[in-house]
Amino acid sequence: MITFLANPKRFLDFSNAIAPWLAVLAAVLLGVGFYWALVVTPPDYQQGQSVKIMFVHVPAAYMGIMVYGAMAVASLTGLVFRHPLADVAAKSAAPLGAAFTALALLTGSLWGRPMWGTFWQWGDARLVSELILLFIYLGYIALWNAIDDPVRAAKAAAILSLVGAADVPIIHFSVDWWNTLHQPASIVRPGGPTIDRSFLIPLLIMMAGYTVLFAWLWLVRMQTEILERRARSLMMARGA
Amino acid sequence: MTAFRALLIRDMRLAFRAGGGASLAAAFFALVAALVPFGVGADLILLGRIAGGVLWVSAALAALLSLDRLFQADYEDGSLDVLLLSPLQLEAGAAAKILAHWLTTGLPLVVLSPVLGLLLNLPAPGYLALIGSLLIGTPALSGVGAIGAALTLSIRRGGLILALIVLPLITPALIFGAGAVTDALDGTGRGAFLFLAAFSVAAVGLSPFAAAAAVRLNLGG
Repeated sequence: MITFLANPKRFLDFSNAIAPWLAVLAAVLLGVGFYWALVVTPPDYQQGQSVKIMFVHVPAAYMGIMVYGAMAVASLTGLVFRHPLADVAAKSAAPLGAAFTALALLTGSLWGRPMWGTFWQWGDARLVSELILLFIYLGYIALWNAIDDPVRAAKAAAILSLVGAADVPIIHFSVDWWNTLHQPASIVRPGGPTIDRSFLIPLLIMMAGYTVLFAWLWLVRMQTEILERRARSLMMARGA
Repeated sequence: MTAFRALLIRDMRLAFRAGGGASLAAAFFALVAALVPFGVGADLILLGRIAGGVLWVSAALAALLSLDRLFQADYEDGSLDVLLLSPLQLEAGAAAKILAHWLTTGLPLVVLSPVLGLLLNLPAPGYLALIGSLLIGTPALSGVGAIGAALTLSIRRGGLILALIVLPLITPALIFGAGAVTDALDGTGRGAFLFLAAFSVAAVGLSPFAAAAAVRLNLGG
C-alpha cells in the first residue's frame, strides 16, 4: 500500500477518489458530535454550560499530539526509506498540527477563565506542554521555510521532528514534575478525573470527527504540495 | 584520538582568539542576570527566591549566543568539508565541537555563577545546587544547541530560527536545573538534580549523532 502510493500520480488518483468521502464523513461526524455535545448533553452540575468547551478543547489537544506523531513517523519513513511522499506528508501535517495545538490553547484558556478565574494557569501541566509543543511546531515550519533547497529542507526538518519526538515526552514529564512542585493538585482540570458516559460518547464522536477532518485536510494539503512542486519544475523547465 | 584532540584545541583557540570566547558569553550571562533586578525591583527576598531560575534562563540564552558560529564559520570557509573527508568520524568531530563549545561557554558560566548568586542574594544552601546543576546541565545546552546549529548552518542569519528550534527542546534542562536550586533552598530532596543528570546524559550522548546527520545533509551527503 505504502509502496504503491509512492508514485505521486497514483497518490493523486487515490486521494482524489477518497478525499470527498473523508470530507463528507468529517462533516457528518462533526455535525452529529456538535449537536450531541451542545444540545443533547446536560450542563455539568459544577461547571454549567462551560463544560461544553471540553468538546472542542480535548479533541484539539489530542490532535495536536497525534499529528506530531504522524509527522514524526512520516519523517522517519522519509529519512530511512527515502519514500518520496513522506517528506510531503510531514511538511503538510505541520501547519495542521500547529493549528490544532493553537486551538487547544485558545479553548483551554477560554475554558480556564470561568474555571480558574484566569485565562492562563501555569499549574495545568497539559496546557503548558501544549504551549511548548506549539513552539516546536513553529520551529519546524520555520526551518522548512528557511532552507531553499527542498531536499535539504526535508531532511533537516525530518531530523528536527525526530529530535522533537524524543524530547516531547521528556518535556511533558518535566512540566508535570514542575507542576506538582509549584501547584497543589486541587484545581479542577479540564477533562476532569472521571467522565460521565453521557459526556464520553459525544466526546469520542468529536475526536473521531477531528481525526477524519485532519485526514481530509492532510490529503488536500499533500495534493496541493505535489501540484505546486510539479508547477515549479515545469516553470524551471520552461525557463531553462 | 589525536584528531579529536586537534579539533578540540583548534576550536578552543578559535573561540579564544577570534570570537571573544569565554569572556563574551560570561559577560552576556552576567549582564542578563544584572538586568533582572531592574525589571522586578530590588526586593532582596524575591530576588533570592528567583535567583536560581534567573541564572538558568541567563545561562540558556548565553549558550545560544555563540551557537550559530559552531558549524557555520567552518561551513562557509570549507573546513567542514575537510572534516567530513578526514578519517575522524563526523560524529566524533561533532562531539569535539560540542565539548569545545561547552569548555568555552558553559564552563565559564559555572565558574561565574556563585558571584552572580551573591549579586541576586541567593541564600547559602542554594550555592552548591546552583554550581552543581549548571556544571551538570550546561553540557545538555551545548549538545541540543549543536543539533540546532547543525540544522541551520546553511541559513544566512539563522540565529532566530536557531533560538526557536533550540529553546523549546531544552525546557526540561531549565525546569530541572532551576528546580534543583529550589529543592536545595526548600530541602525537598534531590529529585530535580537526578532528572537533570539523566536529561544531560541523554542529550550529550545522542546529540553528536543528530548533529553529524544534520551536517552531512547540509554538505549534500
